Amino acid sequence: MSLDAAAGSRDVGSIVRSFAWIVPAALLLLAAPFVIDPFQTLTLTYGLVAAIGALGFNLLLGYTGLLSFGHSAFFGGGAYTVAFLVKYLKIASMELFLAGSVLASAILSVLFGYVCVRYTRIFFGILTLSLSQVLWSLAFKFFWVTGGTDGLRVPTPKLLGAEPTGDKMDFLAHRYYYYVLAVFAVCALLMWVVVNSPFGKALQAIRDNETRAEFIGIRIRRYRLIAFVISGIFTGVAGALWAPLNGLASPDILVWTFSGEIVFMTVLGGFRTFVGPIVGAVAFTYLKTYAVGFTVYWQLLLGTVLVVLVLALPTGIMGAVGWLMSRWKKAS
Amino acid sequence: MDLLATRALAKSFGDNRAVDGIDFNVRQGEVLALVGANGAGKTTLVNLVSGLLRPDSGQIVFAGEDVTRQSSYERIKTGIARSFQIVNLFDQLSCADNVALSIFSREGKTTKLTSLASRDQGVWAEAHDVLRRFGFDRQMVVPAGTISHGERKLLDVAVAYALRPKLLFLDEPTSGVSTREKAPIMEIVSSIVRAGGITVVIIEHDMDIVFRYSERIVVMHQGSILADGTPDEIRRNDAVTTTLIGTLAAGERAHGGAGHAGS
Repeated sequence: MSLDAAAGSRDVGSIVRSFAWIVPAALLLLAAPFVIDPFQTLTLTYGLVAAIGALGFNLLLGYTGLLSFGHSAFFGGGAYTVAFLVKYLKIASMELFLAGSVLASAILSVLFGYVCVRYTRIFFGILTLSLSQVLWSLAFKFFWVTGGTDGLRVPTPKLLGAEPTGDKMDFLAHRYYYYVLAVFAVCALLMWVVVNSPFGKALQAIRDNETRAEFIGIRIRRYRLIAFVISGIFTGVAGALWAPLNGLASPDILVWTFSGEIVFMTVLGGFRTFVGPIVGAVAFTYLKTYAVGFTVYWQLLLGTVLVVLVLALPTGIMGAVGWLMSRWKKAS
Repeated sequence: MDLLATRALAKSFGDNRAVDGIDFNVRQGEVLALVGANGAGKTTLVNLVSGLLRPDSGQIVFAGEDVTRQSSYERIKTGIARSFQIVNLFDQLSCADNVALSIFSREGKTTKLTSLASRDQGVWAEAHDVLRRFGFDRQMVVPAGTISHGERKLLDVAVAYALRPKLLFLDEPTSGVSTREKAPIMEIVSSIVRAGGITVVIIEHDMDIVFRYSERIVVMHQGSILADGTPDEIRRNDAVTTTLIGTLAAGERAHGGAGHAGS
């Protein structure tokens, strides 16, 4: 999706044409559980969950120009919210899990954001990293509340009030998959509206030139904070969806290397486009799943991919696709 | 009537008194040129009035209101806008976006999260109109980072103009631009601001442009105001000639031409 502002004068026909790819993509996603095996569907579910988190992350990186190294805090915050709701309030409804995670990650991101948006660049990155590490150490040390390194178990939830039935794998690869797909579709649509709204344009203005943004009357800190909170909520929702899928909320999703994975998937897909983080999240999930299965040195493999990516495809998968398409259009 | 008045405005950077207790006033509707050698304090004065810098002491009154303690954000709302010596644009966004953002902001619409920016026909019609008047007919969808330096200087003015300010500061609108491009830029800017009845303060080193386009000239030197008068009065002012224009240009003046200052 282009950010060009021809958007201002684009007619409906051209908008429809630029979104024509959504129809086959949606059909493929809808048909997936009947075409691929449950393990593959499960991997795809993990990918879609990560995509929601990456979409949230990219509101900061791609649209506001802020590189957060602390998004594990919101992802983990969402997952632990679900675990706490199960353990302490005996709640089993996925809708309540989502509502709880929205509230918890909103509170968390207001607190973090209030401190972090005063800074930019490396200072912002380091601050987000430090704050997320505080949360990790809390989960790690307060083991009587959080389960420590063992984490907290999250059973399969009720979806829209319906009790989970049958085999767990079957439930996750079908009903839960469609549930995640629906939440993903809603999140992607919401985020698309946000980045294309006047507010989204103002964020891009701040990203490009904060002095000028200030001198057309935009209150940059306030806008950055709002972007930070929206970003945190999206990533928190992803964490909430992830918890039942994984069956466990554990401190390894709060640690800073997990924030690094969110950065990795966004850069892999391409942070300059709207779809980039989605493609990157799904691609990364598959890449990691197969790398882990293929070799014990999977980190080495992923590291190599990252180096090659930065050197050969700095604009990520979607940047390369865009470049190839423009070449193809010129040639034809 | 004074639109802007500063009283004993001062700002120091270490031992350097960049602006040294200045009483500077701008009258409603005039085009005023602020001139002086590099380091005279012109840009610091504009930074103080526009809110980029906080003064050490003194007062700034704009349209009858004390704005000394106001943030730059509040000053823009009261009608002070500016362009920059080093161009500040939203480089990845198109020229149309750059101007439309000023309009969205002016109308208080940048807080809207749930409607598409592209659907606001009124804003885009105005943005396109502003761009056409500044000569950007063919570059509306081009990213601002890809146009020429002269065009970027002009777009920077257009972005400030779209805020519909009462007072517009133009900080060296033709710096770094080839001599050939200077006059067309100034013709466009001058005709648009005059048609809009906007009060303008222009910082400029090129004395040809200063004498041609301004109605009043304020000369700054080492943080103070050295002279204040019409272009004719400034031309005849020997203090200005020696400190600002220099001996070479003074020679030119004797032959009926105006010199270049600031180098």
